[in-house]
Amino acid sequence: MDFSTIRNLISRYCAGEENWVDSRTVYIGHKVPPPGTEAYIPQRYPDNRIVSSKYTFWNFIPKNLFEQFRRIANFYFLIIFLVQLIIDTPTSPITSGLPLFFVITVTAIKQGYEDWLRHKADNAINQCPVHVVQHGKVVRKQSRKLQVGDVVLVKEDETFPCDLILLSTSRDDGTCFVTTASLDGESSHKTYYAVQDTKAFNTEEEVDTIQATIECEQPQPDLYKFVGRINIYLDRDEPIARPLGSENLLLRGATLKNTEYIYAVAIYTGMETKMALNYQSKSQKRSAVEKSMNAYLIVYLCILISKALINTVFKYVWQADPNRDEPWYNQKTETERQRHILIRAFTDFLAFMVLFNYIIPVSMYVTVEMQKFLGSYFISWDDEMFDEELGEGALVNTSDLNEELGQVEYVFTDKTGTLTENNMEFIECCVDGHVYVPHAICNGQIMSGASSIDMIDSSPSAEGKEHEELFFRALCLCHTVQVKEEETVDGIKRGIHQGKATSFYISSSPDEVALVEGMKRLGFTYLRLKDNHMEILNREDEIERFELLEVLNFDSVRRRMSVIVRSNSGELYLFCKGADSSIFPRVISGKVDQVRARVEHNAVEGLRTLCVAYKRLSREEYEQVCHLLSSAKLALQDRDKKLAEAYDVIERDFILLGATAVEDRLQDKAADTIESLHKAGMKVWVLTGDKMETAAATCYASKLFRRNTQILELTTKRTEEQSLHDVLFDLSRTVLRQHGSMTRDTFSGLSSDFQDYGLIIDGATLSAVMKPAQEGSGTGGNYKEIFLEICRNCSAVLCCRMAPLQKAQIVKLIKASKEHPITLAIGDGANDVSMILEAHVGIGIMGKEGRQAARNSDYAIPKFKHLKKMLLVHGHYYYIRISELVQYFFYKNVCFIFPQFLYQFFCGFSQQPLYDTAYLTLYNISFTSLPILLYSLIEQHINMDILKRDPSLYRDIAKNSLLQWPIFVYWTFLGVFDAVVFFFGAFFLFDNTTFTSNGQLMATNTQMMFGNWTFGTLVFTVLVFTVTLKLALDTHYWTWINHFVIWGSLLFYVIFSLLWGGIIWPFLNYQRMYYVFMQMLASGPAWLSIILLIMVSLLPDVVKKVLCRALWPTTTERIQNADKLYKGHLSEFTPLSSLHAPPVHGRGHNEGQNHTHRRTNWCCLCANLFLRNTP
Amino acid sequence: MASGYNAKEEDGHRAGAAGPGESASRSRKPDNTAFKQQRLPAWQPILTAGTVLPAFFIIGLIFIPIGIGLYVTSNNIREFEIDYTGTDPSSPCYNCSQTYSWNSTTLCTCTLTFSLNQPFEGNVFMYYGLSNFYQNHRRYVKSRDDSQLNGDLSSLKSPSKECEPYHTNEKPIAPCGAIANSMFNDTLELFYIDPNETRTPIPLMKKGIAWWTDKHVKFRNPGGSNANLTAVFQGTTKPVNWRKPVYELDSDPENNGFINEDLIVWMRTAALPTFRKLYRIIQKKNNMTPTLPRGNYTLEVTYNYPVHSFEGRKRMILSTISWMGGKNPFLGIAYMTVGSICFVLGVVLLFIHHKYGNRNNSSDIPS
Repeated sequence: MDFSTIRNLISRYCAGEENWVDSRTVYIGHKVPPPGTEAYIPQRYPDNRIVSSKYTFWNFIPKNLFEQFRRIANFYFLIIFLVQLIIDTPTSPITSGLPLFFVITVTAIKQGYEDWLRHKADNAINQCPVHVVQHGKVVRKQSRKLQVGDVVLVKEDETFPCDLILLSTSRDDGTCFVTTASLDGESSHKTYYAVQDTKAFNTEEEVDTIQATIECEQPQPDLYKFVGRINIYLDRDEPIARPLGSENLLLRGATLKNTEYIYAVAIYTGMETKMALNYQSKSQKRSAVEKSMNAYLIVYLCILISKALINTVFKYVWQADPNRDEPWYNQKTETERQRHILIRAFTDFLAFMVLFNYIIPVSMYVTVEMQKFLGSYFISWDDEMFDEELGEGALVNTSDLNEELGQVEYVFTDKTGTLTENNMEFIECCVDGHVYVPHAICNGQIMSGASSIDMIDSSPSAEGKEHEELFFRALCLCHTVQVKEEETVDGIKRGIHQGKATSFYISSSPDEVALVEGMKRLGFTYLRLKDNHMEILNREDEIERFELLEVLNFDSVRRRMSVIVRSNSGELYLFCKGADSSIFPRVISGKVDQVRARVEHNAVEGLRTLCVAYKRLSREEYEQVCHLLSSAKLALQDRDKKLAEAYDVIERDFILLGATAVEDRLQDKAADTIESLHKAGMKVWVLTGDKMETAAATCYASKLFRRNTQILELTTKRTEEQSLHDVLFDLSRTVLRQHGSMTRDTFSGLSSDFQDYGLIIDGATLSAVMKPAQEGSGTGGNYKEIFLEICRNCSAVLCCRMAPLQKAQIVKLIKASKEHPITLAIGDGANDVSMILEAHVGIGIMGKEGRQAARNSDYAIPKFKHLKKMLLVHGHYYYIRISELVQYFFYKNVCFIFPQFLYQFFCGFSQQPLYDTAYLTLYNISFTSLPILLYSLIEQHINMDILKRDPSLYRDIAKNSLLQWPIFVYWTFLGVFDAVVFFFGAFFLFDNTTFTSNGQLMATNTQMMFGNWTFGTLVFTVLVFTVTLKLALDTHYWTWINHFVIWGSLLFYVIFSLLWGGIIWPFLNYQRMYYVFMQMLASGPAWLSIILLIMVSLLPDVVKKVLCRALWPTTTERIQNADKLYKGHLSEFTPLSSLHAPPVHGRGHNEGQNHTHRRTNWCCLCANLFLRNTP
Repeated sequence: MASGYNAKEEDGHRAGAAGPGESASRSRKPDNTAFKQQRLPAWQPILTAGTVLPAFFIIGLIFIPIGIGLYVTSNNIREFEIDYTGTDPSSPCYNCSQTYSWNSTTLCTCTLTFSLNQPFEGNVFMYYGLSNFYQNHRRYVKSRDDSQLNGDLSSLKSPSKECEPYHTNEKPIAPCGAIANSMFNDTLELFYIDPNETRTPIPLMKKGIAWWTDKHVKFRNPGGSNANLTAVFQGTTKPVNWRKPVYELDSDPENNGFINEDLIVWMRTAALPTFRKLYRIIQKKNNMTPTLPRGNYTLEVTYNYPVHSFEGRKRMILSTISWMGGKNPFLGIAYMTVGSICFVLGVVLLFIHHKYGNRNNSSDIPS
C-alpha cells in the first residue's frame, strides 16, 4: 500500500462529505475524451493485486508473537516465565521456559509455512499474464499491473482478471458465455452482452479507437447489482449514452466459455473487485470442547490464585512470631530483611503462583494440538470414505474441529449435488397419456438394439401419431441448448449425429440437456443452430430445418419458455414447455387428465416434470405477436413488466402435447444416511435453490419426510392468502399442541408414536420472517422466535428457493438461538460456501461443480453417504477421546500439584517444592504424556460397526455431555482425593514412625532416616503410577500400542529415576537426588506403602464405575456389556435397540410400554434369525 | 477384568490386482492396514461388577494377612522415647536450657534417668528427635553447597551463593550454609545402672549411621582421603555456630571433616518439622544376653543445642528394628482397613451383580 492510497483513504473517510465520490469515471484505454465535455476528476484506484496472506517478511515475528500471546494459555505461561526470571522462585525458569519456547516456535513455523504458501498462491495469481490492448497492440502484462481503464483481451476458458465491462466479443451479436461457478456456484453458462454501439469493435486496432468513458458506482459487494453508463464519443461531439447493467459486467473469477475472445475494459481492480469484497475471511472456528477447556482453565486459574493467596496469608500469619519467621538456624540475608513487607508479600504470592503453576499444564495444549493433528489422519486414511470413482478419500482442511463432528445437532444440507447426483437423466415422456421410455439404459450405456423406443402402451392412433411427432419436435426445438463441437484427440471432427453419447450440448439448465439427449435416444437429434435455423435429424435420418423466429426466455415467475418457429413448409408453431402448474391453466385441448395423472405420478416419485404444449399461429397472429414483443422490448421503462404482459398474451390457448420426466438421482445411500442422522438425534434441514415441488419430492425420496410426516407449509402461496403473522401463529399452535401432549420421549429415538412434522419454507417467506421488526406492527420482531420455535419441533425442515446468502442466514439464525446448537453444513457448490463457512462444521462434497466448497470446507468428503461414518464413528470417537484427554489432563495435574500445596502447611509456607526439578519438568512432558496422547488417538469404547449400526448411541454424547460441570467436578474431586491420599499416606509413614531404609544396600545392620527428597520421590512415584493406572482403567481398547506406551512410560519413569539418582551429574550444582530413589526401593515399607496408596487412590473410581454401570447404565454401557456377552459377535445380528434404556414414562403405563417394547424386539430378532437362515 | 481377545482379522481384501490404468488413483487410495483403519486387534476389557468381584476378594484376602503381619511385627518392636528439652522446671535439663548461650565456654551437662521395662534385643538404634524444627524450609534446604561437600577445592574457597548468609565470615566458611551451621551438637551418652548401682557406659557406634553412598561418594574431603585435613582447610573458617572447625569433628580420620557421619546425617534435611535422626548404634553383644537388658539407665546430655527460642523439643529414642524397619503401626492398620473394605465391597458387588447384573446383560436378549 503506497502512500497515496493511504492519503486517498484518509481523505475519503476524514475529509467529510464533499470529497466523497460515489461514482467513478473510467476512461477506456486511458484516453481523455474530447476536451470541454466534462470536468476531469482524477481518481486513484488500487492496482490489481490480491492479498490473502497475513504476514509480510518484516512483520512476521512481531505480529506472529503478538497473535500467539493473545491466546490466554500462552500469555499465562509467558507471565509465569517472566516471573521466574525476575524473582527468586522455587523452580528454575527453564522448567517453564523450555516448553513455552518449544510450543511458540513450532506454532510459528507452522503458521509461517502456511503464510508462505498463501504468498506463493497470491504471487501466482498476481503474476499470471493478462493481455492488454495498448496502442492498437496486444501486450502481455502481469495481472497485478492491470489498471482501471485498461482494455483487456480475454480468450476462451480464461478467467477474468478483474471486473470488466464487456465491449465486444468474437461473436457477431456481441454476446459471450460465462460460467460463474467459482463465484456463486452456478455452473451453467450465462450470457453477457456488449453494448450495441461497441460490439463492432472486435479487433485490437478497432478497440483502440474507441473513445468512451464509463460512469459507474463505486464497488459494492452485491454480485448481481451494477448500475453504470457508457458515453461513447463517435465522430460527432455529442456522446451517445448507453445504460450499463449487470448483464454487461464480467466479474473477476468467472470464466469465459464457448466464446473465442472478448474485449473488455477494467473498472474494478484488485481488492475492489466484487469477488474480493465478497471474500469472507475465514474466521477461526473454535470447537465446543475448546470452549469448555477455556472455562475449565479459568476455574483452575481461580483455584491457582486462591491457593497462592491462601498460602501467602497463612505464611504471614504463621510468621508473625519472629522465631518462626527467622529462627536462629535459618537466618535471612541482609537484603531480604530490608525489603518492604508489601514487596515481600507480593513476591511470595508470585512464588506460590510459580510453584503451583503446573496445575495448568502447557503440555495440555500441545497434546490437544497433536491429538487433533494426528487424529485427523484417521479420517483421511479411512478406506470406507474413499471413493473409487473419484479416486479420492476424505480430506481434512482443519483439524481443530474433529470432536465437533461428534456434537452436531443440526445438519444443513444442500440438495443438488449433495443429496442428489446432479446428473439429470431423461426417464420417460408421455404423449397424450401414452408413456414412452427410451430403451433400456444399463449403467449409463445405451444398449444397442433395433428398436429405439419402448412403448408401454399400445401404439397410438393416427392423430396420436401426429401429436407424437410434434411432441418430439417441440422438445428438440424449445430450448436454449447450444451445440459445441469439439475436436477429439485424434483430430477428427465428430458431430453429434455420429450417434456417440457426447457431452456436446451445453445449456444453462441441465434439465434441457437431459431432455435434448433423451430426444436423441428417442430418435430426434438436435444438430445445431445455423443461420437462425434449427436443424433436426429425425427418425428417418432426414434433416429438418426450422427457422427460429422468437425465443420467449424462461423465467422463474412464468416458469415456462416458448419458441416460435417456422417449419420448412411455412407453418408457424409456438412450442411451450414449463411447469405443470403454469401450463395446465393455459391449455384448451388435449388429453389433460391422462397427462396430469402421469405428471402427478412422476412428481411423487421424485422426478422433475415438465409439460409441453403447442399452438399453431396464423400469419396474422404472428404479426401481432411480433408487434407485441418488439414494442415491449423497446420500452425504456418497466421493460420487464411489459414483456411479462406480452408473454402472458402470447402464451395461451395451447394444445397439450404431453409431459416429460427427468430424474436427478439420489446419491447412493442418501436415504439411509439421513435416516441414521435422524436416529442419532440430529435435525436435518435441506436448503436448496430448487423449486418446492422437486425439493419436496427429493425429501420424500431421501426419507427426510416420511409418509406419516405432517407437512407444514410456510410459503408465498400461503402467505398470500393469510398474513404471515397468522400463518406463523397457526403453525406454532399446531406444533405446540402436539408437543404438549407428547411425552418427552425423544431419547429412545425409535418410538414413532408421536407425530413428526416437516416444515417447508421458501426464500421469500424466509426473508419476510427474518426481516427485523416491521414498521407499524409491534409483533414483527417476534417472528424469528416463533419461527425458531416451530423449527425446533420439526424433525425436518426444507427451505427451497434459497439464495446463497440466505443459506448462511439460516445457519446463523439457528446458531444464535438460545440453545446454541452445534451446526453442520454440507454442500458441494460454491453457493454453499457461505453456509459452510458460517456453520460450526463445514463439510464440502467433492462434487461436479468444482472444488470451491471442498476448498472452503473444514472437511471434504467424496459423497454424502460418507457423512454417516464421519459423524457417527469418527465424530463420536474424537469426542470421547478429547473429552477424556481434557478431563484427564486436569485430573492428573490436580494430583500432581495438590500434594505440593498441602506440603506448604508443613514447611512453614516457604514455597519448598515437594518434588525435584527434574520431576516437576518431566511429569507432564514425558512421564504421563504419551499414554494419554495415544489413548486419545486410538481409544474405541465401542466397536466401530456397532456405532455405525446404532446411530442412537450418538445421543449419549450429545450436548457436550462428557464435559459438563458435574463430570468436571467429579474428576477434580477425584484428583483432590488422590492427592490427599498420596500426601497423607506418605505423611503418616514419615511422621510418627521410623520410616527407614537400609543404608547399605542389601545388608541389614543399619537403619537410616529419609529426608525431604525421599518423601517427595515417594509421593511422586505413587502419583505417576496412580495416574497412569487410572488411564489404564479407562482404556477400553488395548492394542499393543497402548500396552507399549502405558507400561513403557512407567518403566521409563523407573529407569529415569534410577539414572537420575544413579550418578552425580556434573552440570548440576546440587546432588539432592543422589541415590534417593534406590534407597527408597531398598526399603520394604516403601514398597508396601506404594502399593497400598495406589490401591486406595484407584479404589473409589473403580467402585464408582462398577456401581454406575450396574445400577444406572447408559445405552453405551449396555451395549458394551452385551458385546462382552457375545464375545464381539454382537454386531452381527443382535437387535441393538433392545439394549436401549427403557424410556422413562409416567409411572402408570410404564409396564405396558415395556411389554410392547420387548415384544417388538422379539419380532426383530425373529426376523433377523429368519433372514440369516434363508440362503 | 476378564475378557477375551477380540482379535479382528486385518481386513484381508486388499483389492488385489490393480490394473495398470488404475495406478494413478491407486496411489491416493489409503492403505488398508489395520492401524490406519483403526482396526488393530485389541483386548477390550470392561469393568463390570462381575469382573471386578474376584479382584476385590483377592485384594481383601491378600491385604488383611499382610496388615496383620505388619501390625504384629510392628508391635514386637521395642521403642523407648525420652524428652530432654528441659522446659519444665522440674526437669534436670531446665538449667541448661535456660542459661544457654552460644558464646559460653563451659559445657552444660545434665543427666536423666529412665528405666526400660522390657529388654531390647538385637541391634538397638539410638536417635535424637527434634520437633518444630523446620529443616524443610526452602531457605534452609537450599542453603548448602554440594560441590564443596564433595571435596571440590574451588568450591571450598568460594562457596555457592546459595549459602548466604552463611557464606563467608571474613574467610569462606567450610562447610557453608545454614544446614551445616545449625548442625546438631548435643552429646548423648548412655549408662546402664546395675542393680548394685554401678554405672557401666554402653558402647555407642558412631559409624555406619549414614547412607553408604553419601559417606563414600557424595561427601568427600577435599584433597583426597589421606590428605592432612588441617592443611587442606587452611584459608577457610568454621561455621559461625560451631565450636570446632570441621577437621576436628572426630579423631578418627575415617570420620572426620566432611565425611563425619553426624554431619552427613544432619545434612540430609528432614521432610517434616518433627523428625528424628539416627545418632548411634548399640550393637548386640551375642545371642544370649539382650543388648539392653531391662533395668535403669541414665542419659548424660551435653546440652549445646538451643531449641527453646522456637519452642522446639529434643528427644532421645531407642528402638529395635524388624525386617520392615522401625515401629510402624500405621502401615499394618492401613493394610487391614483397605483389605476389609475391599472384602466388604466385594460382598456388596456380589449382591448387586446378582440383583442387577442379569437384568442388564441378558434379559432383553433371549438367545
